[in-house]
Amino acid sequence: MTVSKDTIKRYSIRLGDDAVVLGHRLSEWCSSGPFLEEDLALTNVALDFIGRARMFYGYAAELADDGSTEDTYAYTRDNREFTNLLIHELKNGDFAFTMARQYFIDVYSLAYMEALQNSSDETLAAVADKAVKESRYHLRRSHDWMLRLGDGTEESRSRMQRAVDDLWGYTPEMFEMDALEQELADAGIGVDAAALRDDWEQTVHATLVEATLEVPEGDWAVNGGRQGMHTEALGHMLSDMQFVQRAYPGLQW
Amino acid sequence: MSQDVPQAELDELEAQFQARIDAEEKIEPKDWMPEAYRKNLVRQISQHAHSEVIGMQPEGNWITRAPTLHRKCILLAKVQDEGGHGLYLYSATETLGTSREELVQALHDGVAKYASIFNYPALTWADIGAIGWLVDGAAIVNQVSLQRTSYGPYSRGMIRICKEESFHQRQGYHIMMTLMQGSEEQRAMAQDALDRFWWPSMMMFGPHDAESAHSARSMKWKIKRQSNDELRQKFVDQSVAQAEEIGLKIPDPELKWNEERGHYDFGEIDWEEFSRVVSGNGPCNRQRLQHHIRVHEEGQWVRDAIAAHEEKKRQRAGKAAA
Repeated sequence: MTVSKDTIKRYSIRLGDDAVVLGHRLSEWCSSGPFLEEDLALTNVALDFIGRARMFYGYAAELADDGSTEDTYAYTRDNREFTNLLIHELKNGDFAFTMARQYFIDVYSLAYMEALQNSSDETLAAVADKAVKESRYHLRRSHDWMLRLGDGTEESRSRMQRAVDDLWGYTPEMFEMDALEQELADAGIGVDAAALRDDWEQTVHATLVEATLEVPEGDWAVNGGRQGMHTEALGHMLSDMQFVQRAYPGLQW
Repeated sequence: MSQDVPQAELDELEAQFQARIDAEEKIEPKDWMPEAYRKNLVRQISQHAHSEVIGMQPEGNWITRAPTLHRKCILLAKVQDEGGHGLYLYSATETLGTSREELVQALHDGVAKYASIFNYPALTWADIGAIGWLVDGAAIVNQVSLQRTSYGPYSRGMIRICKEESFHQRQGYHIMMTLMQGSEEQRAMAQDALDRFWWPSMMMFGPHDAESAHSARSMKWKIKRQSNDELRQKFVDQSVAQAEEIGLKIPDPELKWNEERGHYDFGEIDWEEFSRVVSGNGPCNRQRLQHHIRVHEEGQWVRDAIAAHEEKKRQRAGKAAA
């Protein structure tokens, strides 16, 4: 059974949405980092994710072949049409929250992109090749921050614990599969995210223990991002991000 | 310390120092230098470093609202470069014995200055174009000249910085060009940005040579290589053609080509506005400084955590070795 172009396009948009939303959140740190070197490092990671979004959106636009561009997806869709996993869109919170989110995503993203490198779709595999290299570097950084903040001062430990607790319920969604993703996984195009869960949990648990943090109970889980059911934070993010394109539609910038 | 050195010896050292300057030799961190030379350099480089860092704010104000993903990436990379320039420059002052912490404290205390241009707000997307084109353009004119400054680390820093700044200016000009090729609203947005940023950019070169507090000595020591007025003229001459090329009008009724001089004549800067903004009454002075202070304070627990974590690691390594 062949998979339709439209299915691959929707998949590519999902991955683009994840990347653009997180890249945007990270870009909000620019000129607000805890020290100059970290400000620049956060900006680097933001750039990688926005770059990743452009590749996934660009491929979606190519498959759509209807005049859409990468910017059509980023700037002209409303929040119900965004299909990112919720964890990406949460407000930055403090530096501990931003880094804990980054760590959870980096562990996931590295494994996900490594799997996507084996996609039978050459474009997706090529994007994944580039993303893997970036995610290795991102993970090294965010892992270090988990240890520094967890095993730092009383204050940093309690901030990091709170961040981990507040984020925990957004992590199960990363491993959910719906019909579209199952179809693509079965066809050897998409990634079977459910299969990544055990390794993710093992890695994350080990880091939390090393960072002297408690592993949360895991008695809550929120989902809905892939179906366009978002937190209230996304709408505000989009009203900021899309302001120019909404105020002056259809122009070149 | 210099106060312990007899005057005659000091005069001799100063004469040798000036001879090296006159021979276009670079002064390096370990070389003898007059205290006033060191102070003057620290003041100038610190002002430059703080300008790079405070300058991240008006542009950072538009990163989240950049109109396309491509523009967002370029702007992020540019603002990141500015932060990087701040880092090289802080390192240059460290070679002169003044730490970044001291400089940041002086900034927060209101003692150290930064370029006044950043006390103007970035209100529309076109302002990002105008800042890149004019503010970075003015900075390049100044920095190209400073590539030949007499202090080695500063000179080498400038050579590196200039390479990146010319990309910044091009991206700003490209934004303006795209707007000028767009709708009527976009063209008006571009002209409005030029109208607001032109004069503040002209002020970036500082007071007239005759009124510039540090100029004469800085020229003698070749910290500065060209005077404020010479640099300002160069900026006007290059900007007029660039504006005309894309259909923008520079907001100066006295602007006119002077055949005899081979330069443009231009109107007088509103020096009252200049002093008003320098002395803290620009639209964003308080906000810029308070943002820097707030972020610095909010980052304290993070910096403390790093120090505590390093200490724990050191202790564990010590125990393991024992």
